[in-house]
Amino acid sequence: MEHIPAPAIDFISLAPALILSVFGMLVLLMDLFAGKNKNLLVFASLVGLVLAGVSAFAPKALPVVSFGGSYVVDHLSVFFTLIFVFSSALTILLSIEYNPRNGIRAGEYYALILFCTVGMILLASATDLIMIFLGIEVVSICLYVLAGIKRGDVKSNEAALKYFLLGAFATGFLVYGMTLLYGATGTTKLAGIAEVIHSGQTNSDTLLLLGTVLLIIGFGFKVASVPFHMWAPDVYEGAPSPVTAFMAVGPKAAALVAFYRVFATAIPEIGTTWDTLLMVVAVATMVIGNFGAIVQTNIKRLLAYSSISHVGYLLIAIIARNSLGGSAIAYYMMAYAFMIFGTFGIVILLGEKNSENLEIKNYAGLGVKQPAIALCMTVFMLSLGGMPPFAGFIAKFYIFGAAIKEGYVVLVVIAVLNSVVSLYYYLKIVVLMYMKDSERELELSMGPITLAVVAIAVFGTIEMGLFPDPILQLTQ
Amino acid sequence: MLEQYIGATVMFIMAIGIACGMVFMTSVLGPKRHFAEKMEPFECGEKQIVSPHQRFSVKFYLVAVLFVLFDIEAVFFFPWAILFKKLGMFGFVEMLFFIIILGVGLCYVWIKGGLDWE
Repeated sequence: MEHIPAPAIDFISLAPALILSVFGMLVLLMDLFAGKNKNLLVFASLVGLVLAGVSAFAPKALPVVSFGGSYVVDHLSVFFTLIFVFSSALTILLSIEYNPRNGIRAGEYYALILFCTVGMILLASATDLIMIFLGIEVVSICLYVLAGIKRGDVKSNEAALKYFLLGAFATGFLVYGMTLLYGATGTTKLAGIAEVIHSGQTNSDTLLLLGTVLLIIGFGFKVASVPFHMWAPDVYEGAPSPVTAFMAVGPKAAALVAFYRVFATAIPEIGTTWDTLLMVVAVATMVIGNFGAIVQTNIKRLLAYSSISHVGYLLIAIIARNSLGGSAIAYYMMAYAFMIFGTFGIVILLGEKNSENLEIKNYAGLGVKQPAIALCMTVFMLSLGGMPPFAGFIAKFYIFGAAIKEGYVVLVVIAVLNSVVSLYYYLKIVVLMYMKDSERELELSMGPITLAVVAIAVFGTIEMGLFPDPILQLTQ
Repeated sequence: MLEQYIGATVMFIMAIGIACGMVFMTSVLGPKRHFAEKMEPFECGEKQIVSPHQRFSVKFYLVAVLFVLFDIEAVFFFPWAILFKKLGMFGFVEMLFFIIILGVGLCYVWIKGGLDWE
């Protein structure tokens, strides 16, 4: 009898995902016996995340390939694993004070964040279409539940339902695109697809193109690029604030790195046929994201539109499809993680017992009453707008550098002009904080852990702006 | 080339024969007592024309979701069982982990009260 050989698996390189899976299940089971006190769950989740982060450095020689070439741990995926673990840890830290105040008592919250992180890690390392699909589903299903975890809140329910219905629809496009790609090339491995295209032995070029377009639609939805962005403002507004920050960083970064891998590894050969389409999407994403943000009055909706516009910049790095683009995306997402978690930390600090104070006008007069917090907010806003000497500037600089190297000058000019537009609504908040008087006294909740997160974020934003080299070396 | 379809064709003919034969035999042999309700398109005491806005207990959905979940598990078991010997130790250990993870899920559902109807 012939044996089916076991696939080569390097367990050390898989350690982050394995550790987080085990801790996710552990937290789920602990919740059943922990009762009302969730501190133990928080502690266990953070331990799991720290262990996973440390174990990401364990592989000695990169890249390590497992499961017959469908899972690779390289510098890019290790760096993204760190981003994911870091952003999940910050989400949990932000939730410690936010959740009890806003009536989120479900212990599954922490388990779902851990499982979502596993999905993101799988996604960042996937080099096979099926693996990518699996990762995207693990991430999405956790997020659908997390968006609606405020069960009594109508907006949260709306967010979950909208996200689920549109997300399931988009997954359909993604799977269809993958099947067409498989039909055209006869393999689901990204490297295999590239080989078949290179040798010119595709079954049908039409299928290949159709599959590529469907993949752009599917990924476009997952990263919230125009015209597949309509869910983002509603979902970002309705989801609990820590979950919104989480969604804006982790899953978005994971989808982007999968997007990058598919387009830069599998189908770069036919790049000239899809980069025009992607360029239109990128420009539309930047323009609609920025101009949409200008008219918002709710801070979470504003950040949702701003996050859409940032995807536009990131798509430029995918269009560039060189190795510089990959590390530019990695650097950008790390910088973005600091900025977004800091901003949402302040959004959470502004919340009171009965009201979350999500209107932009609530920020009026903050500069007088809470000068330190207003200063932090100013740093985040300037950094999001891409002003030196903060992390956002360097991040944009690398993205534009990668694009210029490949000759996409017009695209970069449009992106820079968009950055200028974005400064308007970022500075609007700064002006409100310093130049206007507040309408009423706010009772800031001033949780020490949330303050600590904001402090970490400010440090990161400035540090990455002044000394970009250490982080940049990690990404290459 | 067509020979290989003989088996399928025979089965097809037999299936049609049995189905038609049953309908024919019941109409010949069966007792015939007609009344209004029985002549309606749907039986089992369901009213034919009702408002579509009916309320179902949410418990049904929970059971449905759990059913799908553990049904999928069975789907994975079949190919594994067929290839059990060929997969060797690796397949066995792998499936063990699969069952452990499912067990965690079952524990969770059970203790959370997902299996209680009342």
